[in-house]
Amino acid sequence: MSTAANQLDRLPAAAWFTDPLVIARRNILRTRRTPQAAVAAITSPVLFLLLMRLVFGGAIHIPQMTYVDYLVPAMLVQNVIFGGLSAATGLALDVNSGLIDRFRSLPTPAVAPLLGRSLSDLALQMLAAALTLIAGVAIGFRFHADTVSYLIAIGLLILISLSMFWVFAALGLATKNPETVQSTTPIFFLVLFVSNAFIPVDTLPRWVQGFARYQPISIFNDALRALTQGPHAAQAALGHSTTYFDVAAACWCVGLAIVFASITLHSYRRL
Amino acid sequence: MTAAPIIDVVEVRKSFGSTIALDRLSMQAPAGAVTALLGPNGAGKTTLVRIVATLLRPEKGRVEVAGFDVARHPVAARRLIGLAGQHAATDDALTGRENLVMIARLYRLAPTRARQAADEVLERLSLTDAADRPVRTYSGGMRRRLDVGASLVGRPRVLLLDEPSTGLDPAARLELWSLLDRLVAAGTTILLTTQQLEEADHLADTVSIINHGTVVSEGTPAALKARLGYETIDVALADSARLADAVDVLRPIATDDPGVDDLAARLSFKAALDTRALPATVRLLDQAGITVADVTARRPSLDDVFMSLVGHPSQPDHPRETP
Repeated sequence: MSTAANQLDRLPAAAWFTDPLVIARRNILRTRRTPQAAVAAITSPVLFLLLMRLVFGGAIHIPQMTYVDYLVPAMLVQNVIFGGLSAATGLALDVNSGLIDRFRSLPTPAVAPLLGRSLSDLALQMLAAALTLIAGVAIGFRFHADTVSYLIAIGLLILISLSMFWVFAALGLATKNPETVQSTTPIFFLVLFVSNAFIPVDTLPRWVQGFARYQPISIFNDALRALTQGPHAAQAALGHSTTYFDVAAACWCVGLAIVFASITLHSYRRL
Repeated sequence: MTAAPIIDVVEVRKSFGSTIALDRLSMQAPAGAVTALLGPNGAGKTTLVRIVATLLRPEKGRVEVAGFDVARHPVAARRLIGLAGQHAATDDALTGRENLVMIARLYRLAPTRARQAADEVLERLSLTDAADRPVRTYSGGMRRRLDVGASLVGRPRVLLLDEPSTGLDPAARLELWSLLDRLVAAGTTILLTTQQLEEADHLADTVSIINHGTVVSEGTPAALKARLGYETIDVALADSARLADAVDVLRPIATDDPGVDDLAARLSFKAALDTRALPATVRLLDQAGITVADVTARRPSLDDVFMSLVGHPSQPDHPRETP
């Protein structure tokens, strides 16, 4: 019995790959049929971009870099935040509806629903990123680095999305309530505004500059700026080398992923 | 009850903070039958189902499904069970077919097999016509059929249903019952929780009555009723002026204080089973010259069993139980 039990208790290795895809496909189907949230998540960065560029852009001066070149990479990071919030809402809904219970009672890897959500989240964010870049180029954003840097930028954006996912998964599972998730939006706005996303950190009050300079969103912004605008712009406008920002961003990604994946799995097992 | 139990729960304990949800609870469910867990809100029914479904781990004790310990071999157990919770746990933006194919895939069926299984189950659930409509357009009864039947794509041996008929109108409930009857006839074992005695009476082969995290009584509905050892005699008189006399005349055979309804000229009392209380009632009233309009003897209902064990009536209208 015990050997049979052990055998039946094992899942095929392919399950870790196919099952998250099955669930990601469901999330995307659902998003396509209830598009309100996704449309907001995808279009708000573009609206934000136009708003910041056209309304405030003239008032904000970035040394050695045009404002639109400064702004567009930050909008890519902002996409991750907005997309993450809708992923957290989706997870909270699934917990509430009992769907997560059903998934966990099936012979599928226990974390498949989380991995599936992170894949569908990533897909939507990449779509939002593409739209942001198109809108950005339309209003004057230009690439000033080399192909290798662009590939690294894409890789880094994927890494940022995958690690920030765990922050939002933890939020969705801790609150278990879509409305509560929505009510945390101002916190993320605050973190976004107390960063270098829209303005150089030097213009902020001195006492928040330390936080604003080194918090993950600022580091992600600068890393993507350096990778799209080239090493000269990085050094001159942002104050550090591209490598510095890449390494710092990767460290934040790994740190956030470890901490928030642990919190997520802890609540997930106790649902 | 001769078959080996397919669900074996032994001395299971589970607490949430300082609240003890299950207190050394033991019960068995025989294969191929319907076992109902009956109990008031907060009795621990949902917690027990969640443990059997591998969603919660017991702190102490052991739970086996078809011989697999759910704590040690959860995946093996999951291959054999199908769960439907208190809410309709299907995606309402997906069609019925899409929901079933997804669940079939997670039961480890290959894509082609998953589509076949979905078609078969849609047929069995009489949802073929609605298969390609989003679930949000379904009626309440159709959604519940899909929810309860969804796991059939994995051919589970044990179906775990947590308050399956909560929130259904009477017609939808009858439809659900007939679906469950068909499933059992086809060999599926069902463990269900309910607060509705009528449902337990209709569906269950065995009933475990749960209160405060332990099984306070179990057996077939008939055995549980017989164990109470009394029947209820209802008498309607032609003239309500004679009610007091009737109570005096009947007191010797009553085991409780007879209840009197002046307006309806009725009284009812309990009498020991097998004492021929019904003919005795008629004879005693006749001898006293009291005219009887109607008299009936009633075996105890599960409601009476529940009252005697739990101390208050069941609450069939509460939709949720906190785990």
